[in-house]
Amino acid sequence: MRSRIGALALLSVPLAFAWAVGARAVAEPTPARQAELAYIVRQDCGSCHGLRFKGGLGPAILPENLKGKSTEALARVILEGVPGTAMPPWRPILAEDEAAWIARSLQKGFPDAP
Amino acid sequence: MRLRTLLALGVALSLGGCSQILRGNEEVRGTGDLGVIIERAAGRVQVVETTGRTVLGEIDGLGDLSHASLVFSRDGRYAYVFGRDGGLTKVDLLKRILVKRVVQGGNSIGGAISQDGKLIAVSNYEPGGVKVFDAESLEQLCDIPAVPASGAKASKVIGLIDLSEHRFAFSLFEAGEIWVADLKNPHKPVLTKYPGAGSEPYDAFITPDGRYYVAGLFGEDGLAMLDLWNPEKGVKRILANYGKGQEKLPVYKMPHLEGWALTGSEALVPAVGRHEVLVMDHGRWQEVGRIPVHGQPVFVVARPDGRQVWVNFAFPHNDTVQVIDVPTRKVVKTLNPGKGVLHMEFTPRGEEVWLSVRDEDRIEIYDANSLEHLTSFKSDKPSGIFFTSRAGRMGM
Repeated sequence: MRSRIGALALLSVPLAFAWAVGARAVAEPTPARQAELAYIVRQDCGSCHGLRFKGGLGPAILPENLKGKSTEALARVILEGVPGTAMPPWRPILAEDEAAWIARSLQKGFPDAP
Repeated sequence: MRLRTLLALGVALSLGGCSQILRGNEEVRGTGDLGVIIERAAGRVQVVETTGRTVLGEIDGLGDLSHASLVFSRDGRYAYVFGRDGGLTKVDLLKRILVKRVVQGGNSIGGAISQDGKLIAVSNYEPGGVKVFDAESLEQLCDIPAVPASGAKASKVIGLIDLSEHRFAFSLFEAGEIWVADLKNPHKPVLTKYPGAGSEPYDAFITPDGRYYVAGLFGEDGLAMLDLWNPEKGVKRILANYGKGQEKLPVYKMPHLEGWALTGSEALVPAVGRHEVLVMDHGRWQEVGRIPVHGQPVFVVARPDGRQVWVNFAFPHNDTVQVIDVPTRKVVKTLNPGKGVLHMEFTPRGEEVWLSVRDEDRIEIYDANSLEHLTSFKSDKPSGIFFTSRAGRMGM
C-alpha cells in the first residue's frame, strides 16, 4: 500500500506537469465513469460538504464558493487533502484526470447524480 | 372514496379476526413498534412498523436531509427531525403528517430532547451554537452561541446530548471545549464550560445511566470524558495515544459514537483512521483490547443484550458489515448487504437488525441471532433508521 502510494506520488509529478502545460489535452473520464464520480461526490463528499454542497463539517463547495480558485489547485486539494483538517487525500480512490474533472464540475455547478 | 375504501378494509380486517379497532377512519394502535427511516435525497421519511415489517406511510417536505437525525417525543408519537439545512421538523407518526417545520439555523447537525420531553435542543454548524425550542410549539426559547473563551469565531457544535435535570451537554469542534447547559429556566441557560477538552471533538455519547459524557477526538488520538457525578474534576483524557507512532489512514467518513456499544463491563468504540474497534474497560476507561476489522468503522452498535456487536464501515468499504462476538472479541460473520450501508438499528428487544443500504435503495432486515437475511423492502437512498424504543433512553 505504502509503496503504491509512493509510486503514485512519483508518478503525479510528471502528470501534474503535463496537466499544467498541456491544458488543451485534458483527459475526460468516460461518461459511465463520470456518472460514478458524480454519485461519489454527491453522496460521499456530501457526508461532510452536504448533499447540496452547502457545507457541513467541511466548507460549502458551490460555484460561488469556488470562484477565483484555480481548477488545478482544487484538484490538488481533492487528491492530497488538507493536512491538519478532516479533508482526506482521495488519491487512493481517484485518478488525476478524475480529480480534475470533479474540480471543473464543481466550479461549473455539479451535475446531479443519476 | 378513500374513506370508503378504508372503512371497507376495516370491515374486512375485523371479519378476518384481526384485533385492529377502527374509530372513524382512524386506526387505534400503539407506538412501541414504530420507526422512522430517513430518505435523505428525497427530503422524506418513511414511517415503518417492526411487528409486520411494513411501511405505514411517508411524510414529505422535510428539506435537505443529508446527515439527518431525529429524536422521539416521550410517548413515541412524534419525531423531531434535524435536517442539514437547519430545518427542525415535527412529524406525527400515527397520522403520518408534518405537524410543524421551522428553519432555525443555516446548517445543523443534530439535536436532543430534554429528560421531561418539553425542550428540543438543536446543534448548529452555521452559526455555531445551540438553540432550544418548546417541544409542543417549536417556539424558540433561547440561543447559546458557541463562542469560546478565547473570543474566537463561534465553533461548530457536535455531540449534543440530553442529561438529567434539564441539562444538555455538547462539544465545540474547533475550540475543543465541552459545555453543559442548565435549562431549568429555558429562557436563561446557565453554562458550565470545560476548556481544553482535546483537539477537534467530532461526536459524543453518554453511558445509559447518564453518568459519563465521552467525546471522540479527531485532531488527536483519544477521547475526552466528563464524569457528570463529579463534574468538578473536569475533563479527563482517555485512551490517549492509542495509535502512537502509527500513521492514520485517510478518513473518508467520520465515525459516529451515537449507538456506541456498551457490553457488560466493556465499551467498544470505532478507532479513527484505523481498521480497528477499540475495547475499553467501562469504569476505569482503559484500553483492554483491539479488534481488527474490514475497514474504518463508522457505527459500532451492540445488540440490546450486549453479546454481539455490529459494525459498518467508511467508504470504500461501505458494502460490508461485520458481527463481533464480544466475549471472544472475534469477528464471527462478515456480511455483504450491498453498496452504501449507512446505518443499523436493532428492534427494541434485539431479535432483528435493520440496515439501510443507500446505493441500492433498500432496507435489509437480518435475524440478529442466526445472522440470516430475512427480507428487504424499497427505500429511496435511505440513511438513518430510528425506532421509537429510543424515546425511553437518554442520549438517543
